[in-house]
Amino acid sequence: MASNAAVPFWRAAGMTYITYSNICANLVRNCLKEPFKAESINREKVHFSLSKWSDGKPQKPVMRSDTPQV
Amino acid sequence: MLKQASRLLSRSVAAASYKSVTTRAFSTELPSTIDSTFVDAWKKVAPNMDPPQTPSSFMKPRPSTPSSIPTKLTVNFVLPYTSELTGKEVDMVIIPASTGQMGVLPGHVPTIAELKPGIMSVHEGTDVKKYFLSSGFAFLHANSVADIIAVEAVPLDHIDPSQVQKGLAEFQQKLASATTDLEKAEAQIGVEVHSAINAALSG
Repeated sequence: MASNAAVPFWRAAGMTYITYSNICANLVRNCLKEPFKAESINREKVHFSLSKWSDGKPQKPVMRSDTPQV
Repeated sequence: MLKQASRLLSRSVAAASYKSVTTRAFSTELPSTIDSTFVDAWKKVAPNMDPPQTPSSFMKPRPSTPSSIPTKLTVNFVLPYTSELTGKEVDMVIIPASTGQMGVLPGHVPTIAELKPGIMSVHEGTDVKKYFLSSGFAFLHANSVADIIAVEAVPLDHIDPSQVQKGLAEFQQKLASATTDLEKAEAQIGVEVHSAINAALSG
């Protein structure tokens, strides 16, 4: 069975839809007027700890954060 | 006794899936989801345990498809951080589908539309509310309910035109100087989004 529609350019470049959608959203947020822009950037900040597992044991956790560490 | 229960479960699941291969109803038209043969067989084998629940028994049933076209469209417009419109009854919505601006009236053909960056307008009587959507999807159901989901949606007066012009120039320049496929794609996305915002602000 041949593929259906033409592949969108971002998919052809190896990007997934989620990445595309997030890039679009970030671009729109960057074009906002001041109080709204600061609010939206604040809203989208993330702060989490990530640890990879191997041999059934967690390795050292890595902190990923948009808020400056105290 | 547990082995018996799993055998009965797989037997009735097999029977149900055989049926569903031949006819598939829309999710708005499914009958009651409790399979009485399964529940009876379960009670015979394990009378003291409650039969397992399925996810559909926890969900409110969707309003069914009326036989005549309703007068109003019910819109649910949600963003990841807020529910902008919930069950709002409107006359029409125009959504920026990837195939062009699509007007949705009550009784629209059930459609799943991918949205491109553009303006969505909600028409209620003489009242028109416009939002610029970054991207998303619109699910139009047979019962005249429209679920529109977007990652970012801003009213047009929240946008700063000078930032848009700056962004457009920047990405056009990036597109010209891009080397890898990925860079080209990102620059192209930038150009498309900024042009769409420009068109939205002027048109």
